[in-house]
Amino acid sequence: MSNDFYTLNVNGKDHQVADSWVGESLLWVLRERLGFPGAKNACEEGECGSCSVRIGEEVVCSCLVLAGSAIEQDITTIEGLSAEGELSDVQQAFIDAGAVQCGFCTPGLLVTIDDLLEKNKNPDDLTVREAISGNLCRCTGYGRILEAVQMAAASRRGEKRE
Amino acid sequence: MSDVKTETPISSFRIGDSAPRPDGIPKVKGTFAFSSDLWHEKMLWGGTLRSPYPAARINKLDITEALLIDGVHTVLTHDDVPGEAVYGLEHADQPVMAAEVVRYEGEPVAIVAADHPEIVRRALAAINVEYEEMVPLTDPEIAESVGHIHPDGNVFRKINLRHGDQEIQGDIQVEGVYEVGMQDQAFLGPESGLAVPGEDGGVDLYVSTQWLHADRRQVASCLGIKEEDVRITLAGVGGAFGAREDLSLHVHLCMLAMRTNRPVKMIYSREESFHGHVHRHPAKMWYRHHADREGNLVRVEARVLLDGGAYASSSGAVIANAACFAGGPYRIPNANIEGIVVRTNNPPCGAMRGFGAVQTCMGHEAQMDKLAVALNADPVEIRLKNALKTGDQLLTGQIITGTAPVAEVIRTCAEHVPSSQESSDLMSLPGGAGRTADPEHISRGEAIAVGFKNLMFSEGFDDFSSAVCHLEDGVATITCACAEVGQGFVTLAQQITREILGVEEVILAPAATETVGSAGSTSASRQTWMSGGAVQKACEEVRLKLLQRITEEHEISIDDLVLVEGQVLSLNGDFSISIDAASENPLEARVEYRHAPTFPLDENGQGDAHVSFAFAAHRAVVDVDPELGLVKVVELVTSQDVGRLLNPVQAIGQLEGGAAQGVGLAVMEEVLVAEGNIRNASFTDYLIPTALDMPPVEIAAIIEHPEPGAPFGAKGIGEPPSISSTAAVVAAIREATNLELPRVPVRLTDIVSVEESS
Ligand code: FES
Ligand code: FES
Repeated sequence: MSNDFYTLNVNGKDHQVADSWVGESLLWVLRERLGFPGAKNACEEGECGSCSVRIGEEVVCSCLVLAGSAIEQDITTIEGLSAEGELSDVQQAFIDAGAVQCGFCTPGLLVTIDDLLEKNKNPDDLTVREAISGNLCRCTGYGRILEAVQMAAASRRGEKRE
Repeated sequence: MSDVKTETPISSFRIGDSAPRPDGIPKVKGTFAFSSDLWHEKMLWGGTLRSPYPAARINKLDITEALLIDGVHTVLTHDDVPGEAVYGLEHADQPVMAAEVVRYEGEPVAIVAADHPEIVRRALAAINVEYEEMVPLTDPEIAESVGHIHPDGNVFRKINLRHGDQEIQGDIQVEGVYEVGMQDQAFLGPESGLAVPGEDGGVDLYVSTQWLHADRRQVASCLGIKEEDVRITLAGVGGAFGAREDLSLHVHLCMLAMRTNRPVKMIYSREESFHGHVHRHPAKMWYRHHADREGNLVRVEARVLLDGGAYASSSGAVIANAACFAGGPYRIPNANIEGIVVRTNNPPCGAMRGFGAVQTCMGHEAQMDKLAVALNADPVEIRLKNALKTGDQLLTGQIITGTAPVAEVIRTCAEHVPSSQESSDLMSLPGGAGRTADPEHISRGEAIAVGFKNLMFSEGFDDFSSAVCHLEDGVATITCACAEVGQGFVTLAQQITREILGVEEVILAPAATETVGSAGSTSASRQTWMSGGAVQKACEEVRLKLLQRITEEHEISIDDLVLVEGQVLSLNGDFSISIDAASENPLEARVEYRHAPTFPLDENGQGDAHVSFAFAAHRAVVDVDPELGLVKVVELVTSQDVGRLLNPVQAIGQLEGGAAQGVGLAVMEEVLVAEGNIRNASFTDYLIPTALDMPPVEIAAIIEHPEPGAPFGAKGIGEPPSISSTAAVVAAIREATNLELPRVPVRLTDIVSVEESS
């Protein structure tokens, strides 16, 4: 192996990125070089949130991050949310509430919402709307997504939502 | 939703249940393979060189430099198209790549395959094209009278619909001119696909699309090979809304793969996507409504002009819809409607959710409100008074034989009391955070609108779907080429199969051209009826075969047998056999399903051209800051005629999602075209509603009157939510501002006139 590689930590594991081009975005490297196609590419200019991943404690648009700048940080992608194969509460709520249609926005939304609920166990409607306002969805009109967030939040608080 | 049954056994997810999507788990895990996720070890990347000009002659096209770049495998142009040089959904008039002239900004001129997308970009930049710019034809008003910009002429279709008395005058007359801007479908999953050359000289194409078999026909013709040598498989589709009904990169990908003998993948960027698919037709509409003093409509006169852009796409069918439904869901004894769709050098337009009915709904609903004002009547009452019902005639002379609960749709929507919580948070003011809307200045408006359209293909088109049901060891496998684009057909196909066969496990085979006949397009709100009908018919045939087998083997009358929860039982309880055992020897049925025939429109636009109709109403509440021109859509209420509700949660998703696209067209979405050039081909500049822009959608009523002839009595539900939502929102803004607002989207400068504010 040449020296010509760098290492990214994705979902708790180190991955070597070899022979890459300068200027490749984190989104590109995740999708095309490391085999994490879960983050999506609806705009590649920071407007849609479909490429959202977490770096450390922060959710970012991976299309706007240079892959090389993400070394030595913990990167969490959608593939890392159900690491053991079990669906997370938010993932299950998305299915139950009907928040998934085409599903192209879904991975980005799940990363964003997972982060929101870690920081705020009881977000009101406007807080949720604001938190996901950087994630475009063209199919759902957001109604079922908002419902899913409240379902997941309720289950995290140990309540049963009817 | 409280009625989602996640813990009940799967077999209970039948017709009428909120069954979960079978693709839900991979979609939430991020493992669902969209067309942009496809990957092949040996694949190359493809790219497209597009014209920067809306109208130009190509004087020189030199690819030599590009071919010299290391890592470039091929560069192809018009001269390399092996078969027909043009394609099209209804009429082949669009070049695979431009030959001597380009007719719209973004028209493909050359294609490249290379090792890396960056090399693709360099190669595209190294192609040397000398254009001689021409004056683009950008004004649809003059297209009919100026020189042709295409050998097929500048008029795609003109319809003169004449119904009843052409001269009769009403005591009350109202008139208006209305405009609808160009809307983009803005699906999130960009155009993308992978073509793999076959060893037999054919090609395998994995692509996101709405209609596999129509793609195959066009691709094969352009490649100059037999249809069966083009094998198309549906790749995961990230939304469609009409924009994937035409070909985009299909032929290009196949040409590159066949030339390089390597798999080739291509993904459009968002900017390219704006140039790479058709849009909703911008419309100019003139209306004059005649009514008597009681408010009964007497006659409607209208002229509807649609800008079809450079190529035909489905313009002919769009203008037919615009003309046929120009009056709205009302009883109109006399009408003369001129509908015309023309060719210009603007971006090509075609299918988008609502398909012609969205544009005219904005016009006829504004007219109904004007009529209410002229008569000093209530806008709801005037609509109720004229509401279409079963047995009434359409403008085409066709009598509605199916259900038409227009009055019920209007009444339930108007009477619903919203659960609107007033919010004092600045985020919920027009303009949101960071703007300066003053709560004191805000004016609220509320209004209702009604719309309708046809379900399925019309005008005598041989509209069918195909399905195969295979039952073996108690497991049903359904094969259907219906394109799942997010709408939820996959869920429905499982529900139907469980309902009819009583089995638990239903496998959906991939949608592909190889294994089954055409399902027709995922458009026109048709797949629930058509492919739903095909799956139903296939399952019923298998059910019959299964029962016949049991009758023969066990000497029981077929009438004494029922299928329940994986068992075949006799009514008297003497006999039972598991479906697993009874289908150890597989059973299969392969069917085609057709709806009742339709007929072409005659020279007066008259005829039984349509099969069935679906209706919806929306009531919008908006807050406007008239000084700043900021609008916040506070709430939407809707009622919809669905025939029969097959899956409550999925239906709500359609009602909410469709309404969001209507809100977008009302207040923010427009493809801005200046001198033929798109000015806002990005999600930075073309805005679609975010979660902060979108109000809650309250469902006043989902109206269930089973539609005769429809499988399970269900009507398609995808389009009606996008039809009257726009009209309701703009009407509410008119209420709030007292402005005429004859155009959507309503822009800030339409509310605040620049002169006044300076
Ligand atoms: S792809 Fe990164 S924000 Fe859209
Ligand atoms: S589900 Fe299609 S974009 Fe959100």
